[in-house]
Amino acid sequence: MNRYRCHYLLSNSLKLLFGFLLFVFSSFSYSQTIAELHHELTNVTLSKTKSVLEKIVQTDDETNLHLFETMLAGNLYFDTSDHSLLVLEKVDGVEQIKDFYSAEVRAIDRSDAKKIRVNNALRTYLRASIARIQLTAKDDTVRKEAVESLYKKVDKTTFATVVELRSQETNKAVQSAMDLLIDMNDAQFNKNEQQRIAAINRLAKSLEPAVRNMLVTIANQTEVPKVAAAATQALQTIEAKIGFYNKLDTVFFGLSLGSILLLASIGLAITFGVMGVINMAHGEMIMLGAYTTYVVQLLMPNHIDQSIIVAIPLAFTVSALVGIVIERGVIQFLHGRPLETLLATFGISLILQQLVRSIFSPLNRQVNTPSWMSGSVEINPVLFITLNRLYIFFFALIVFAALLVILRKTSLGLNVRAVSQNRNMARALGIKTARVDALTFGLGSGIAGIAGVALSQLTNVGPNLGQSYIIDSFMVVVFGGVGNLFGTLVAAFTLGIANKLFEPMVGAVLSSILVLVFIILFIQKRPKGLFPQKGRAAE
Amino acid sequence: MKLFSSIFNFKRSGEPGAVIVPFVALLFVVTLFAALGNLVFPEGSVLHVSTYSITLLGKYLCYAMLALAVDVVWGYCGILSLGHAAFFALGGYGMGMYLMRQIGDRGVYGNALLPDFMVFLNWESLPWYWFGFDHFGFAMLMALLVPALLAFVFGWLAFRSRVTGVYLSIMTQALTYALMLAFFRNEMGFGGNNGLTDFKDILGFSLQSDTTRVVLLAITSLLLSLLLILSHAIMKSRFGKVIVAVRDSESRARFLGYRTERYKVWLFVYSAVIAAIAGVLYVPQIGIINPGEFTPINSIEIVIWVAIGGRGTLVGAVLGALLVNYAKTRLTAIFPEAWLFALGALFVVVTLFLPKGLFGLAGSIRKKLLPSPAAVKEVKS
Repeated sequence: MNRYRCHYLLSNSLKLLFGFLLFVFSSFSYSQTIAELHHELTNVTLSKTKSVLEKIVQTDDETNLHLFETMLAGNLYFDTSDHSLLVLEKVDGVEQIKDFYSAEVRAIDRSDAKKIRVNNALRTYLRASIARIQLTAKDDTVRKEAVESLYKKVDKTTFATVVELRSQETNKAVQSAMDLLIDMNDAQFNKNEQQRIAAINRLAKSLEPAVRNMLVTIANQTEVPKVAAAATQALQTIEAKIGFYNKLDTVFFGLSLGSILLLASIGLAITFGVMGVINMAHGEMIMLGAYTTYVVQLLMPNHIDQSIIVAIPLAFTVSALVGIVIERGVIQFLHGRPLETLLATFGISLILQQLVRSIFSPLNRQVNTPSWMSGSVEINPVLFITLNRLYIFFFALIVFAALLVILRKTSLGLNVRAVSQNRNMARALGIKTARVDALTFGLGSGIAGIAGVALSQLTNVGPNLGQSYIIDSFMVVVFGGVGNLFGTLVAAFTLGIANKLFEPMVGAVLSSILVLVFIILFIQKRPKGLFPQKGRAAE
Repeated sequence: MKLFSSIFNFKRSGEPGAVIVPFVALLFVVTLFAALGNLVFPEGSVLHVSTYSITLLGKYLCYAMLALAVDVVWGYCGILSLGHAAFFALGGYGMGMYLMRQIGDRGVYGNALLPDFMVFLNWESLPWYWFGFDHFGFAMLMALLVPALLAFVFGWLAFRSRVTGVYLSIMTQALTYALMLAFFRNEMGFGGNNGLTDFKDILGFSLQSDTTRVVLLAITSLLLSLLLILSHAIMKSRFGKVIVAVRDSESRARFLGYRTERYKVWLFVYSAVIAAIAGVLYVPQIGIINPGEFTPINSIEIVIWVAIGGRGTLVGAVLGALLVNYAKTRLTAIFPEAWLFALGALFVVVTLFLPKGLFGLAGSIRKKLLPSPAAVKEVKS
C-alpha cells in the first residue's frame, strides 16, 4: 500500500472516529426518530441543514437514499401547512406534487409547497453521502455498480470513502472494481512517477471503456514522457485484447448463424441427401413450425416460459404430418424424377404460403421470447453473449446428435440407409420402401418444424419466413456434400462464420453475395461438395 | 445455307414444327387487328382495342419469348434453369438505363447530367458503367452482351465441371438470388429498391402515345415470330440433334466424340440472349424495371409456363406463357387470394398428370383420333 493511500485512510479513520463520537453523543442526549428529523429538516436554516442531514445519515434509514437523491436534484419540497415532505416531479412537462413516502399525487397548491434549499457545500455533502450509502449497501451487485459508476468521474471525498471501504470489502468482484478505481486515480493524480507508471501497467489488464478513455487522455496530455509512453503501451495491450475479443465475438455470431443454417438445412439433408428428393417446400415446413410456436403462445398466454417446451414436439408433429401427406400425395409418384419433384413441391410451397396468409393474415407475427432465454452473459466489458443465440447453438447440436443417433442406431435409420443405397435390393430383402420413404420425409420435415421454433425466437414469423432460408439451406447441403450429415454440419458453420467475417468488411448484403459466389465457384471445382459420397452408393 | 433451308423445311403435321407457320400467321393477324383496333377505330366502337389491352398483349408476348428461352434449354437439352429471370432483368436494366438517360432534365430534380435517384443520393457524377447509355445502339448492344457474357461465364464454368441436373438448377437459382441482393443495394447505381422508372420517350417517340405502344407491340410480335422460327431451325439442324442427344444421354454423346459442354454453353448463351431481348422489349411497354424481377419465384414461374404448354415444343411453351398469364390477369382481378393457390395447384397437377403439357395432351388425343403418318411409321418399326 502506498503512502498516498495511507494518508487517506488515516484522515478517514479520524473522521469516522469523530462521527462515531458524535453519534454516541447525540444518542445520549436524545434519540430522534426519522420522522422527527424529516420534520426538523423543513424548519432549519440553510446553515444548519448540514447538521440535520448528518443526523439523518446516522439513522441508516431506508428512505435516506431517495431523500438525498431528490434533494440533490432540487426536487425536495415541503407542505407549508403541515411540514410534510413532498417531491416535485415533471411528467410529460407537467409538474406534479407527490407525497415523499407514499409517492401519491397530492392535490395541493403549488404556492403551498416550499423548496428545501441546497447550496454547493450541501451538494458536495449529499453526493458523498449518496455514494457512501450505495457503497455500503448489503447487495454485492449494488456495491459493484456503485463503484463502477465512479469510473467516469470521481471526486475526492467519494474516492476517500472507496479507499476506506476497500479494506473491509469481502466480495472479490467488488474488491477488484475498487482496486481498478484506485489504480485509475493513481494513474491520473499520483505525484510519484514510479507508482503512476505501475498503476498504468496494472490498468493494461482492464477492458473497461472508461479506462481506455482515461489512458488516451494520459497518453496525449501528460507532460511526463515516461508516463505517456507507459500509457501508450498499455493502450496497445488493451487494443490488442479488444481486437481478440472482437474476433471471438464475430466467431460466436458466425457460430450462431451457422447453427440456424444447420437447423434449417439438416432436414433438407435427409430428404435431399438421403432420399434424393428436392423439397422446395422445405422452407414452408420451417414456417409451419414457427407458426405452431405462435399458436401455442396464443393458447397459453400466461405461460410464455413453458410455451417453447410445448411448441417443440408440437411443431415437429405438425410439420412431420404435413410432410408425410406431401410424400404420400405427390412425391411418391415422382420417384427418380428430381426436376419434377422440384416443380411439384414448389407448387406445394406456394399453396402453403397462401394458406398461411389467408389464415393468419400476410402481416408478420411477433413471437415472445421466454424470460429464461432473454438477456445476455457478460464475459468481460467487451464480450457479451446473448442467451437466446447460445441456447439455439446448443439446441442445434442436440438436434444434430439426435438425428445421428436415429440414423445410426434405430431400425428406421438402418432401413433408411438401406433404401438410400439400393432401393431395389432393399425391397427385395423385404423392407417396405414406401413406408420408409414416408417416414424419412416425415422426419426431415419434422426437423424443419423444430428449426421453425428456433427461428421464431430470432425473427418475426411471416408467410415468407421459409423462402428466405430455402436457398441458403440448399447451398449448405450442396456445399457439404449431399447425403453426408457431417458435411452439412461443417458446411453450415463454415458458411455462418464466413458470412460474419466478411460482414464488417463489405456489409451484410455483399457478404452474403460473396458467400454465394464462392459456393458457385466451389461447386465448379468439387461438384459433389466438401465430403462427397464414395463407392457404389454415389450414383 | 443449310440453316436457311431448314428454316423453311417444316415437318409433317403432328410434329411441333408443323404448327409454327399457322401460329406465326395467327400472331400476325392478332397483332394487325389489335393495331387497327387501337389506332383506327374510335372509342366506343365494337372493334376498338384499348391501350391497356395493347400493353397487356405486349407484356404477354414478352413473357412468351421468355418461355421460349427456357424451353430451348430445358425442353431440348434438359438444363432446368431457375435463373432466366436474371437474364430477362439484365436486358431490362440495359433498356431501362437508356430510357433513363432519355429523360434528360425532365426529371423531378431537373438535372440533365444525373438520373433522379443519383441526385437524391447526392452522387457527384455518373458511374463509369453508365457512360454510353445515351446512345440507343450502344445500350442495346450492352443489354444483350452483358446477359450473354454472364451466361457464357456461368455456363462455361458449370458445364465444364459437369454440374448437371438438380445441382445446376440450384446454382442458377443462387446466381439470380445473388443478383437480386446486389440490385436491391442503393450503392449499385441502378436505383436500388425502386429500380428505374418514370420514362418519357424512346428514340424521340413518346412512350405515352398510342402509336409508339402499337409499334412496340408489333416489334415484339415480329421478334417473337423470328426467334420462334430461328429456334425451330436450330433444333432441326445438326447442332440441335446433338443437343437432343446430350439431353437423352450426355455420356454417350461425349463418348461419340462430341464436346458436349461446348454445345451446352452455346445453347445456354443463345437462350440467355432470347431472355434478354424479352427484357429489353418488356421495359418500355411496362414502364418500370426493379430488382423484384430477379426474385427466384419469377424464374420458377417461367418453368411452369413451359411445363404447362409442353416442354420441347417451342410453340407449346409460348402458348403456355400466354395462357397462364391471361389466367393470372383474370384470376388476380376476380379473387386476388386465389392466384397463388391456382398457380401452386398448376405446378402439382401438371407435373403429376401432364408430363408433356397441354401440347403433348393435344398431340396424343389427335394421335388416338387419326393416326398421323409419323405415328403409323412408329407402329411399323
